[in-house]
Amino acid sequence: MPDKLLEVKHLKKYFKTKKGPLRAVDDVSFSIGKGETLGLVGESGCGKSTCGRAIIRLNDPNSGEVLFEGKNILDFHRRADLRRMKQEMQIVFQDPYSSLNPRLNTQDLIADPLVINKIGSNKEEIRQKVLEAMDMVGLEKRLLDAYPHELDGGRRQRIGIARALVLNPKFIVMDEPVSALDVSIQAQILNLLSELQDDLGLTYLFIAHNLSVVKHISDRIAVMYLGKIVEVANYRDIFIEPLHPYSQALLSAIPIPKRHIKRERIILEGDVPSPVNPPDGCRFCGRCRMAMPICSETSPELKDMGNGHKVACHLYDDKPAETTKPAENTKSADGK
Amino acid sequence: MKDKKKERRFMRLKEFWRRLKKSKMAMFGLVILSLLVAIAIFASVIAPYSYSEQHLENKNMKPNSEHIFGCDDLGRDIFTRVIYGSRISLSVGFIAVGIAVVFGGLLGAVAGYFGGVTDNIIMRSMDILLAVPQILLAISISAALGTGLVNLMIAVGISSIPQYARIMRASVLTVKDQEYIEATHAAGATHLHTIIRHIIPNCFAPIIVQATLGVAFAILTAAGLSFIGLGLDPEVPEWGAMLAGGRQYIRDFPHITFFPGLAIMITIFALNVLGDGFRDALDPKLRD
Repeated sequence: MPDKLLEVKHLKKYFKTKKGPLRAVDDVSFSIGKGETLGLVGESGCGKSTCGRAIIRLNDPNSGEVLFEGKNILDFHRRADLRRMKQEMQIVFQDPYSSLNPRLNTQDLIADPLVINKIGSNKEEIRQKVLEAMDMVGLEKRLLDAYPHELDGGRRQRIGIARALVLNPKFIVMDEPVSALDVSIQAQILNLLSELQDDLGLTYLFIAHNLSVVKHISDRIAVMYLGKIVEVANYRDIFIEPLHPYSQALLSAIPIPKRHIKRERIILEGDVPSPVNPPDGCRFCGRCRMAMPICSETSPELKDMGNGHKVACHLYDDKPAETTKPAENTKSADGK
Repeated sequence: MKDKKKERRFMRLKEFWRRLKKSKMAMFGLVILSLLVAIAIFASVIAPYSYSEQHLENKNMKPNSEHIFGCDDLGRDIFTRVIYGSRISLSVGFIAVGIAVVFGGLLGAVAGYFGGVTDNIIMRSMDILLAVPQILLAISISAALGTGLVNLMIAVGISSIPQYARIMRASVLTVKDQEYIEATHAAGATHLHTIIRHIIPNCFAPIIVQATLGVAFAILTAAGLSFIGLGLDPEVPEWGAMLAGGRQYIRDFPHITFFPGLAIMITIFALNVLGDGFRDALDPKLRD
């Protein structure tokens, strides 16, 4: 892994509810190297978006550390520090319909972060920067005066990306940037994001619930379940050889676009437990087909199985640093 | 560059105008309102007589070719007084609503945006104001301030602040959870920038609609206050005061109350249909 740009340590974000704290993100740790994309996947409500937003301090986490270029940004309190941090860490939102102010046109939407951060002394300079950003994301110049309601989803999302890029960030949280788009446009936007990453040396935290999308763009993938990361690995490793039973179940849900190849589909039973009152021990134990007595007692820690492949599961307690297939692993999970 | 921006603003206005034109009723209201404004401005040119001069020999004169609306109980020309009355009614209506929109809008925006304790303090005081019927509130304020045009505007304005605060707060609440507000926070925006540039422009449509309808209500309230003798001196040609003056003769000389009443009705009708038209034209969701 290249130099670490971002390191998240023991991040916790609880929301207050009447029934007690809702543990949206519960002790999550990972790191992202410079120029790398970490895909964060998990089902709806598992806390992946909250995690992304907590990292850039859109909602402040309760505890933990977020080291960005070695400095803990959660210690920043002065406005100037926060400003600088927010210029370097940006976010692209999921829904290109609600994330653009309907009363502003393309130029004003992209220029808004510049105005906020008082970058660009005169209007001509701002306009120039806006045009540059539009060029980078492939928006035609003639759309400068267009309002969001006049544009399609793909173009709107390009505005959202340009708005994040205009501040020259180093790190961007992609909060499901393509899940609201048509499949054909998803591919365009994903290609655009990869190109931008290569050209500008950007680092992404790519949040998604669609594994095919994540596979396309990620260098490494983290699987999240109910506020915890259960497995982190190189994207190839996780597709070929998922270790955690939850990852195995997730991967078995990807359809294979070929005839005659059938995959054993792992159907999870039961519902996701409430994050207000999570089970003791492993969060997944109630639905896990490999559950052992120990699973409902102690929570497994993330453990390195070699080659940076980490998993939090008691199945691997006595197999240190050696990649072993679990007994009922699915064959050709990659679909190839 | 500057021209370009001007041009863009002009384009937006043109778009609004195009959409407003589609509604025939709104255009009708706009025409009537423009006529009323013109009448108010050129009152001294249009009016055939002086509004305060009394000719007791013309007392309670029925409409005829010389006095087309007739004369009141002191022999003053009603046509002249109705024309001068438009000045007072329109300025009371617009200025009172202006006061209410500015203060109510700001209070509502702050309450909705910050929420929590701020919201509670502001909105509970608004609730206290709302608990008193609006007309009663206006009566007590103008009774405390005394008669006079400015005091009348203030009384009517203050008494309608809670409405605007509530409308503003409600629309701020729906807007503030949108992702584009979160996007401004992600870029490091101050609260002031977020409120002024992103929240208020998106909350303004319901306020404009309410304000247009509110002008009508303010005119009615002002007329009501004058009717019960708390608004303006009987000398001043105010439509409500004229109604009050003619009330005792209504059985024998209905024309004294009919014409100022008709003026009030037409003005309010025009403002109401225009308000409806504004609502349709300003709503971006209805944009074709």
